[in-house]
Amino acid sequence: MSEKEVKSLEEIFEARIARDEKIEPKEWMPEKYRKTHIRQISQHAHSEVVGMLPEGNWITRAPSLRRKVALLAKIQDEGGHGLYLYSAAETLGISRDELIEQLHSGEAKYSSIFNYPAVTWADMGTVGWLVDGAAIMNQVALMGTSYGPYARAMVRICKEESFHQRQGYEILLTLCNGTPEQKEMAQDSINRWWWPSLMMFGPRDADSPNTEQSVKWKLKRKTNDELRQAFVDQTVPQANILGLTIPDSKLKWNEERKHYDFGDIDWNEFWQVVKGHGPCNKQRIDARVKAHKDGKWVRDAAMAFAEKQENKEVKLAI
Amino acid sequence: MNNNLIQYIYGIADNSLILGQRLGELCGHGPSIETDIALTNISLDLLGQTRSYFQYVAKLQGNGANEDTVAFLRLEREYKNVLLVEQPNTDFGYSITRQFLFDVFHLALLEELQKSKDEMLAAIAKKSIKEVLYHTRFSSDWIKRLGDGTEESHNRIQTAINDLWIFTDELFHQTDADKAMIAEGIGVDVTLLKINYYKKVSSILEEATLQTPSIEYFQKGGKQGVHSEHMGFILTELQYMQRTYPNMTW
Repeated sequence: MSEKEVKSLEEIFEARIARDEKIEPKEWMPEKYRKTHIRQISQHAHSEVVGMLPEGNWITRAPSLRRKVALLAKIQDEGGHGLYLYSAAETLGISRDELIEQLHSGEAKYSSIFNYPAVTWADMGTVGWLVDGAAIMNQVALMGTSYGPYARAMVRICKEESFHQRQGYEILLTLCNGTPEQKEMAQDSINRWWWPSLMMFGPRDADSPNTEQSVKWKLKRKTNDELRQAFVDQTVPQANILGLTIPDSKLKWNEERKHYDFGDIDWNEFWQVVKGHGPCNKQRIDARVKAHKDGKWVRDAAMAFAEKQENKEVKLAI
Repeated sequence: MNNNLIQYIYGIADNSLILGQRLGELCGHGPSIETDIALTNISLDLLGQTRSYFQYVAKLQGNGANEDTVAFLRLEREYKNVLLVEQPNTDFGYSITRQFLFDVFHLALLEELQKSKDEMLAAIAKKSIKEVLYHTRFSSDWIKRLGDGTEESHNRIQTAINDLWIFTDELFHQTDADKAMIAEGIGVDVTLLKINYYKKVSSILEEATLQTPSIEYFQKGGKQGVHSEHMGFILTELQYMQRTYPNMTW
């Protein structure tokens, strides 16, 4: 294909996106579009799968049968989201094995929030309320993204995520209506998770490259700072209902802006965790690698068995 | 309060509780996302069944009991699950073998329990059968895959079967409470399930190109509340919150 032909294809492609048409797997797309989408969708899939770990940590210790069952169901949903998203990434011409290899080697990233430890039961509430809440801000916008399989995955995932968020909030509400010890457990949890949750929206707009291209492809419909502000505005009143204090002395309603003002994120901490040196980065990846390694003989057996069955069928057919 | 009935229900429900707890340990660590989700699903089913049984026990007990006091606040000797379900997740082979050896029994038990004169137990059994049918299919399929997969998987699953086989006989033991409930037409006479159980298990093992172990000595104790050394650790995690923060609502 000549340069001129590619250029014309690109123009048609961009025009389609501008008209809000969805791009489907077998259609022509610029190489950069394909690569960017593989990166973002797989990063999202990895986040779901790694995100199972801090919560999975609490299944055996959940304080009631009802909570245990709900937590199991939630983590099962996350596994389902992971599968769904890996499949969406595979439509772009990469295998799940390759994607998992990228996660294990550190080449692919996942949401940094899961590198923080879940140390109390209240964290199961906070992770649902703040972490899933922050994730939803991003994902709702992505329901209108340009790549068809990703947009459709988001529709389904958002439904379940908002259920998870309510479930998390309800865990905290129960604690806040409980004994002083329970309320303290909830407050301590918010103290630890508030800032990492704000970090989930990524660097400040001024420090965030690629935004313009992503906005054009509808991979990013609002900037990091816009989403972060929307999250703070939405969350503060919810914290008030719980009777919990958000650990930010600069947090204050700004009547002029009609938004909450809030304090500065510790960007040193942000970059430390992103670069792999958070409290649980090593532990999370080690757990994923171990599960994959320990499971190899099982996956190999399933493949070998399937092949044998297929051969039997072929023989019968002959 | 019908203590025999309560003890009888413990003998059934504690199996679901402890196996559900064991499977819960695996969540997020499975050999593939698909098997991870499936095992979590089985854990969910078992714990859901446990809730139904324990809500019934709490009603029988009265005095402010609820499903959580029943599940979390007993002493180790008061749990009546069989030794099989408390065995650890040594590897996927052991987990799936434990599941398989239990599922085949569980399905046969529920098929009889749905005919119980106790309407509540019959209803729980009826509802659970659909789930346990799926569990049995899932674990049997994996026994076949691993048995007739690779040489390594064949050897590993055979080892797990040999090691866990000693816990199968206890499934067919009866306590005094069991006998009393059988006499009232409420309980299932598990001794009558034994022949078919071993027949079914052996036929699946055969299909999976595996050997049915032939051993003379079996382990027992769980049904009398005398558990393996694993049990204390299982309960430590299970009861952690309820013991650390007594009398709170979660």
